[in-house]
Amino acid sequence: MGADQVSELYPLRAANVAARVFDGEVIVMNPADSSLFNLNETGTAIWQAADGTTSLREIVEREICGVSEIDSDTALADAEEFARALAGHGILLLRTEPA
Amino acid sequence: MIVTIGGLAVRIATDDPVFLGILRQQYAAFTGAETDGAPIVLEVELTPPLLQSPDEDLAVRFDGEAWEMRRGDFMARYDPKTRRGQVRQSANRHSIDSVIRIIHSLELARAGSGFLLHAASAVRNGKAFVFSGVSGAGKTTLSRLAPPDVCLLTDEVSYVRKGDGGPDCGRKSGYQAFGTPFAGELGKAGENIHAPLGALYFLEQASGNRIGQLGRAEALRMLLRNILFFAQDPKLVEQVFAIAEDFIETVPVCRLSFRPEALVWELIR
Repeated sequence: MGADQVSELYPLRAANVAARVFDGEVIVMNPADSSLFNLNETGTAIWQAADGTTSLREIVEREICGVSEIDSDTALADAEEFARALAGHGILLLRTEPA
Repeated sequence: MIVTIGGLAVRIATDDPVFLGILRQQYAAFTGAETDGAPIVLEVELTPPLLQSPDEDLAVRFDGEAWEMRRGDFMARYDPKTRRGQVRQSANRHSIDSVIRIIHSLELARAGSGFLLHAASAVRNGKAFVFSGVSGAGKTTLSRLAPPDVCLLTDEVSYVRKGDGGPDCGRKSGYQAFGTPFAGELGKAGENIHAPLGALYFLEQASGNRIGQLGRAEALRMLLRNILFFAQDPKLVEQVFAIAEDFIETVPVCRLSFRPEALVWELIR
């Protein structure tokens, strides 16, 4: 799973989940199974920027690389893994084209 | 027979004398007069035991008109508009107890007024205290250690909802805790009383007794993890989220680290 593939992903928050930002972290509940997720600072930044029109690469460059010293390839790979994990739980949609 | 918990009355319609006897024993302190005025009516059809596999998981779904509830030992349907439902189960207390809990959790979520919580609760000095945690956290242990001036509301499932503004509603938060017949390991129904909620504690067994504050995010996360909620419904999940958020903004939520000894109750006043 490389950075080229990551750059084509446009994450979008699932419409049917309930989420709140509390003290800088997002708490998400999926009504399908009442499962609960809490995202750390980086995850929260990705979640909040996941509007379906911004690519994951743009999100990573703006929200992660812009505020930390992590290299962009590593950050992108980590972000994709994170986004796919959320998508697997049905709380984030991953599109290959902008909405 | 009418069973009233948290101010919400449910009429359980059955003519079966054996089942009525089970209900009277189960809900003794929570039964009211047999009238037609109860807002929720459950018609119970008794069947032979084990309609389905006893291991079947609970499923609660809204079909556009009514809630369908299914588990290995019962099938039920409840229409929130007419406030009527039908239950198919054998003559046992566990199935009807589950149906009643589910209906209460749905009605509380629908009204956005409260929730059922995996928690023990008790009243002391006119204030209610709720003690939440997973199995083994110490809910029943703490209940067993309660001194004589403490009235136990439940050792397993607490009933929390906003007051109606009456004179005995929560003075500050507006939330109240109600007694429930839902018993855990203690095997004893709670007192049928209610009181303004003083605090919610998340239990943690430790080498000493201490109360520590929780951050808002942690409090919300722990509260949501312990709310009893069964429905796969985005609107109701949003309602549960909203009431949990309101709750942690208005009620003190702390961590109670405790040793299993009666002295811990010195902290609860």
